[in-house]
Order: sequence, then C-alpha cells, then structure tokens
Amino acid sequence: MARQPASSIARKRAVQKWAGVPFLAPGSFMLIVFVLAPLILILGYSFFQRGRFGGVVFTFSFDNFARLIDPLYVNVIMTSIGMGFVVTLLALALGYPTALAIVRLPPKWRTIALVAVLLPFWTNFLVRTYAWILLLNNAGWINQALQGLGIIHDPLTMLYTPQAVAIGLLYMYLPLMILPLYSSLASQDAQLVEAATNLGASPWRVFRTVTFPMSIPGVLTGCVFVFVPAMSNFVIPELLGGGKTVLIGNLIRDQFLKARDWPFGAALALVLTVLLIALLVAQQWASRRVTEGPKEKKVTSRA
Amino acid sequence: MRSKIIPFVFVAALAATTLTSCAGASTNAALDPNADLTKETLVVSNWADYYPETLAADFEAATGIKITIVNHATNEEVMGKLTTGADSGIDVAFVSGQYAQALNEAGLLQPMEKSMIPNEKNLYTEATTLGYDVGNNYSMPYAWGTTGICYRSDLVPTAPTSWNDLLNPAPELVGKTTMLSTERWMALPALKAMGMSVNSTNPDDLAQVKTQLLTTKKTLLAFDDTTFYSKLVSGESVMAEAWDGWCNYGIAEDPNIKFVVPSEGSDLWVDTMTVLKTSKNKEAAMAFVNYILSAETQGWVASNILYKVPNAAAMKLVDPAVLAAYPNMNMTAADLLKQESVIDLGSFSPEYTKLATEVAAG
Repeated sequence: MARQPASSIARKRAVQKWAGVPFLAPGSFMLIVFVLAPLILILGYSFFQRGRFGGVVFTFSFDNFARLIDPLYVNVIMTSIGMGFVVTLLALALGYPTALAIVRLPPKWRTIALVAVLLPFWTNFLVRTYAWILLLNNAGWINQALQGLGIIHDPLTMLYTPQAVAIGLLYMYLPLMILPLYSSLASQDAQLVEAATNLGASPWRVFRTVTFPMSIPGVLTGCVFVFVPAMSNFVIPELLGGGKTVLIGNLIRDQFLKARDWPFGAALALVLTVLLIALLVAQQWASRRVTEGPKEKKVTSRA
Repeated sequence: MRSKIIPFVFVAALAATTLTSCAGASTNAALDPNADLTKETLVVSNWADYYPETLAADFEAATGIKITIVNHATNEEVMGKLTTGADSGIDVAFVSGQYAQALNEAGLLQPMEKSMIPNEKNLYTEATTLGYDVGNNYSMPYAWGTTGICYRSDLVPTAPTSWNDLLNPAPELVGKTTMLSTERWMALPALKAMGMSVNSTNPDDLAQVKTQLLTTKKTLLAFDDTTFYSKLVSGESVMAEAWDGWCNYGIAEDPNIKFVVPSEGSDLWVDTMTVLKTSKNKEAAMAFVNYILSAETQGWVASNILYKVPNAAAMKLVDPAVLAAYPNMNMTAADLLKQESVIDLGSFSPEYTKLATEVAAG
C-alpha cells in the first residue's frame, strides 16, 4: 500500500477546513453588516460628544458614561428592570398553564390553539395598543360597564398608570413566553410521566419532579424573550403610560429623536446591549447546568 | 496600558472615518437667474397633512418643475437627516424657526435669494422681525401660532385665564388635564407662570420649573402631544396645554372646546421653509418657496389646516365663516408678536431634555 505523502494530507485537510466558507459567507455577512458594524458604531459614538446643535463632535471623553451614574438615569434603568421583571413573572404565571394545556390537547386542536396564540401578531401592534386605550380609559368600555352595572360610581383610573403599561407589555409579549414553553413541554417523553404515575406519584408530584424540571430550559428562554423587549419597549409606556412612565427604551429614543444627543443615546443603548449579553450568558449557563448537572472537575490525564 | 488602548483607538478611528465621510462638500455656487427650472427636480420634506394634498401636482403644473414631497413626523427627525448625512437629497426642508436657526449656525442653509421670491411682499411686516431669523435671510415663515389652554367650556366650572389654572388645577379637575411632553413646551407654562423667559438658560429657573412640574404631574391625566384634542372631545380630559392649530381640530368636533392664551403670555412659534446648501436645484427651490408664499397656496393652508399663516394676502382669502368658527384664527400678527419667539438654546438645550426626563420619570 502506497503511503500518501504527508503534504497531500495537509492539503486535503486545508481544503476541508475552508470548504464550508461559501456556505458560511451569507450568514457571516449578515452578522457583520447588521450586528457587528452597528455595535462598533454605537461603541464608537458613545465616547464622543453632542455638538452644539446636535450632531456628533469627535472629541473623546467618558462624559456619557459618567452621566449614566446620575441617579436620574440609574432610577430609569432600575424602573425598566423592575417592569421587565414583573411582566416576565406575570407572563410565566399565565403562560405556563396555557402551554401545558395546549400540549395536552388532541393534536388537531393543538394547531388551532397555537394559531390562536399567534393570531394577535397578524394585527398591527399600534392598533392592538389603542384597543387597550379604548378598554381602559375613564370613559372606556370597562368603566362604562362597571358604572352601568352600578358597581362603581366614579370611573376607576386605569389608563396612564404603570399598571396599564405592565398590562400592555404582558399582552404584547405573552406569546413569546408560551411558544418556547410549548416547544419544551411538547418534546418531553410522555412515557416519563407514565412511569412516574405507575410508580405511584401524585399528579402534583409528577409535575414537580418530572415535567417542570425538564421544562426549565424552555422557562429560561421564555423569560429572556419576554424580559428583554418588555424592559426596552418605548411605545407602550408612551401610549398606555401617558408619558408618565419612562423606561430605558424611551430614554434612548428621546436622546436620538428629541435631544439630538446621539453619543449619550449610544451609551444608553450600550448599557442595554451589555445587559442583554449578560442575560443570554446567564441563561445559557443556567440551562446547561439544569440539563447536564453541575460540572464535574475534569482530571487532566495528560502527563 | 498601551496595548489596551490601541484596539480602542482603532475602533474610534474607524467610527470617525465612517462618520466624517458623510460630511461632504457643499456646492456654494451663486444662483443662476436664467437656469432652466424644468430641468431641475425637487425633494421637499414637510410634516404630514400640513400642506395641500395636490401640492405636488399643482406646483408641477404651474412651474414645470418635478417635485417629490416626503413627510417627517417631527423637527428632530428631519434634523437627524440633515445634520448627519452629506447630501440628504432634500432640497427644501420645513422646520420650526429655532431649528432653522440651528441649521444656519451649523452652516447648512442657503441664503434666501430674495430676487427669486417676489411673493415675500405678501408677508406681514411683523413676520420679517422674528427672533430666530430677523429679516428672513435664510428661512421663510410658513405658519405661525402660539401655545395656550384648550378646554371644554361646558365641563370646567370657570374658564381658565392663567397658566396656574392648569399647573395647580381646582380639586374637581384633578386627573382631567393634560400637558405637552415636548421639552420646551413642557417647561413653558411653569416658566411663564413664574415670569421667566421661554428661552431661559438659567439653571435656577429650570430647578423651580422642575419642582412645580413634579407637583403638577400628580394632577395630570397624561402628558400628550398628539391626541390631547381627542381626549377633550371624549371628555376624558377637560383642559389641555395645546398649540392653537391643534386645538382647532378639537373645536372642529365639538364647538364647546375653546382656546385661550393665558394672561402671563406664551410663546410665538413659527414653522419655516429652508433651502439646503447641498441642494443642486436651488433655483427651483427658491421658485417653490415663492409658490408657497402666494396668497392662494398659503390661503388654502390657513382655511383647511386651520393654522394661522404669516401671509397678509393669504389671510384675506380665508372664509369669514372659518374665522368665526375658530376664534384663534383671528389673532393678528401684532397679537402674536406680543408673545415670546422661541429660539434655539444650543448647548443649553440638553438641560431642557433632562428636565423633561426628570419630570416624566420623577
């Protein structure tokens, strides 16, 4: 048997190594042009300063980051995180039973239920938000109904409050919680539940020790999917919060579209990006830890 | 240390080149009075629903100049296009006076070529003395007005006369008033109520305004720039800080809605037309400005959009029935000039943004 010369093997390996490039190119191009380049721009802008009449002056400074520590902005960031947290918890509380119920439906009804979850996305979201205004306002349907039934005398103030913002955000992002939960619950092996039941576990115990732990990656994905857009949305706080609730999204939008202070807007956007990356990393780590168990200490065998 | 800085400097330099490459050269050649206008094409940026629907077709029929009208929602939006790109592609931009001032100070505006704008004579003499551009050297006024209180005369116990009626409302009006959320106008009622200038650059003034507004915020239904008149029509609110023209939209639906300029005074805002230095169609742009200043065009604007125009000849064409239905359309140029002209505050303007954020988040 003739041995192949070493150089030929190396060449083959090199060819194999680069063979995937044509297939990776479109994806990489997208990532570089639409993700990496804007991020670099934001990073660059955040170290510059606002011109006297808007625009950007290219003097390097850390001023924008120093301004971030101002209690005003810290307060807004904390409010946003709080709002994201509340909305995520509510979405989980509502979304988990819904996803579980959908999984247990007969297959034909499952599809219909999933379409129903997605259906609101087919309507413009401004229209859906305005529908909430019609429902919640002081002269709105809910108040009219309650007053008509004699339950209340004076209209309840529901619109233009932080609670209205939370309801709007919950409504908007609930499907993003239900879908990952559904996919994680649907992919579970039904035999595990059967086995646990056969061994005498109560339905609650089956849920607690089998179904729920296996769905945790779905829970984490759903939480990130809801938390991130909920804390950075700026349209709902404006429409349902009556301009009295400010989230970090409003702050960033205002810097670009009202204050014409792009550098500070970029610094704020950077905070959001860093927060998002930290969340994704935490989610990955937690998800792996749940599915694979705690990492064992690797013993190096190489001498 | 150095090794850590180098990648950053690279990134910054990269960003800087990307950005500065946008700041192109401006064409500064003198205007040619004999230019063949039909060979020029115009791009005009204006607020949506702020001009005749048939403006493009009418202008083209009258002058032979091809024209495209694009819309912007806010001053800031069009400022973004004009101040960050080389040639925005826009020849004529409609912006408020203080923004025209900022654009000019940034060197972006073409001076008005008066010989090509004979219709300037239609303007009120008062309209040539406006603070942001005395003599209309680089802008021409399009519409003007003031800010006041728009209220439901059938739902308030006594008609408001002072900004304090809005800032510290009677107990029965709590939760039924709105204020504007755009920073300069959010600050205006408190500034005027305390006898300060709408163009104040005194941090102490703003501190006092902030204290007042944080108290006022607790009594407000909402901060609302765009739908306050429909809240008045539905009865959700009974009193709103409002621009005069927008209050007219409410009056159109419910004649019980009235407009008043509070006794402490208010602002004079002006929306203007500006020609960009980067325009390659400056002669056609001047012809467009001239066309707008004709009595017929601005007369249509006043009659149909219900904003006052600084054009004496045009105001004469407005149907007396319209003037009777919308009393604030009768404010004379002299009435308006008594109010304080809003000017750009340059490096102080972020303080107003910060104030607005503090009040909204507070």
